[in-house]
Formats: sequence, C-alpha cells, structure tokens
Amino acid sequence: MPELGKYAGEVLSAYAVSLLLLAGLVIVTLWRGRAARRALEETEAEAGRRG
Amino acid sequence: MSLWQYANPVKFLALSARVQPVLWTLAAVFTSVGLLWGFFGTPDDARQGSTVKIIYLHVPSALMAINAWFMMLVASLIWLIRRHHVSALAAKAAAPVGLVMTLIALVTGAIWGQPMWGTWWAWDPRLTSFLILFLFYLGYIALWQAVEDPDTAADLTSVLCLVGSVFAVLSRYAVQFWNQGLHQGTSIPVATGNRSVADVFFYPLVMAMLGFGLLFLALVVYRTGTEIRLRRTSALQARMNRRA
Repeated sequence: MPELGKYAGEVLSAYAVSLLLLAGLVIVTLWRGRAARRALEETEAEAGRRG
Repeated sequence: MSLWQYANPVKFLALSARVQPVLWTLAAVFTSVGLLWGFFGTPDDARQGSTVKIIYLHVPSALMAINAWFMMLVASLIWLIRRHHVSALAAKAAAPVGLVMTLIALVTGAIWGQPMWGTWWAWDPRLTSFLILFLFYLGYIALWQAVEDPDTAADLTSVLCLVGSVFAVLSRYAVQFWNQGLHQGTSIPVATGNRSVADVFFYPLVMAMLGFGLLFLALVVYRTGTEIRLRRTSALQARMNRRA
C-alpha cells in the first residue's frame, strides 16, 4: 500500500466509489444480457412449437 | 466488404461474438495495468500530494463521458438518415455506460476538488456543463423507457441526442470558451502536443484511458447484442399474440 498521507481518505474513497460503479455496471450488463438471451431462446422455442 | 453489412442484426451478433473475448480481455488488462500502475507505481505530486492519483480515474471517465455521447450522436444520425435499427439500439446501449462514466467524473472531480480548491462544487463552466450532460443522459434513458413504440422512441431520443451534443461540446471546450472558473484546461492537448503532465504520470494515464475506452467498447457491443435480442423477443411475442 502506498503512503497516501493526509489525503488518504480522498484518494481511497475516489477509487472505492469508481470501482464500485464500474463493477455494478459490468454486473448489471452481464446479468441483463443473460436474461435477454434466455428469454429469446424460450420465446423461439415457444414460437417453434406453435408453428 | 462494407461496414453497413453490420446493420444486419444477425451479422452484428456474429461479429460481436467473435470480437467480445478480445475486447473484454484487452479492457481488463489495460484498465487494471493503468489503475494499478497509477495507484502503486507513481509518486506524489509536489503540489497536489497523493490526490494526483485520482487523475487515473477522473480523466479517463470524463473522456469517455463525452466520447460516449459523440458515439451516440453518430449512431443517432445513422438511424435518422438510414433507419438502421442496430444503430438506434447501439445508441440506446451506450447511454447507461456514458451515464456511469459521467457520474464517476463528477464524483471523483468533487472528491479531488475539495482538498485542492477548498470546495466540492463550483458553478464553473466545465463543471456545470458536465452536470447538464449528466442530466441529458438521464433524460435520454428516461425517454427510451417512456415511449412504447421503439421506432418513435428511437426518433425522439435521436433528436434529444442532437440537442445534448451542444453540452457534450461545451463539456469538452468550456475552459477555452469562457477562460474562467476553477477547472484547469486540458492537460493533454492532442492538437498541440504540449502536454503539462510529466512522463511518470502520463504513461499510466494513457493506459487507463485506453482501458476505459476498451471497456466502453466491450460494454456497448455486449449491450447492443442484448437490445437486439430483447427487440427480437418482443417481435416474436407480438407475432404469437396476433395469431392466438
């Protein structure tokens, strides 16, 4: 861990907030993508059954 | 081979499946190296102390906040002129990514500004135009959600994107336009090449900027695929409902 001195709180909070936001964005993106893929597969299967 | 072939959703999905592993890997490598190098491998600045380490988050996110809007502008123009659905969906897919980038730039700017300027916020031209850009992102996303017909939503959001581009430009050039306020001018002017950032800070910053750019690209390609699948699902369901 580098010596951050009197600004440690500012630097660490900037990194924490940013990394949390980026991680949240990536997780939501992947989760939504998988849900959409699953929904399309189910709908295509249903459409195929109905002809 | 023409770029326009990727306006075909099937071809776009095939291309995105091929490029995504490369994009995600490069994004992870460049972002990690840039941030870790910047955080652990660079010294304190003589005047700013350790707060200079915030630059590796603030500058790349601000860069992508503005460039995301310009990417949406190009995609919106393609939709308005050529009516390619993939371009409208790409603009829609990019908006939440741009919103998060803008939020990171605003938050890290406030955290950095407090010890350096003595205030979290000032109604400075660049800060204010960035806040307005953030509000435009919110409005753009809300408009997509509010309009039921997807083509009408694409038309209206494209027009909103054209209007918001004024603030994307202002966010980029506010310091030059007004030459006042707390925020400094660009540290890395591409046009002149006279950067004011020392090499020890510059190289990890370039890595972080490339990383954020690649992350944006990976996210937008993936999210565009998601939007295409959601649109296809809705169309199939509507067709089945009509037949039932």
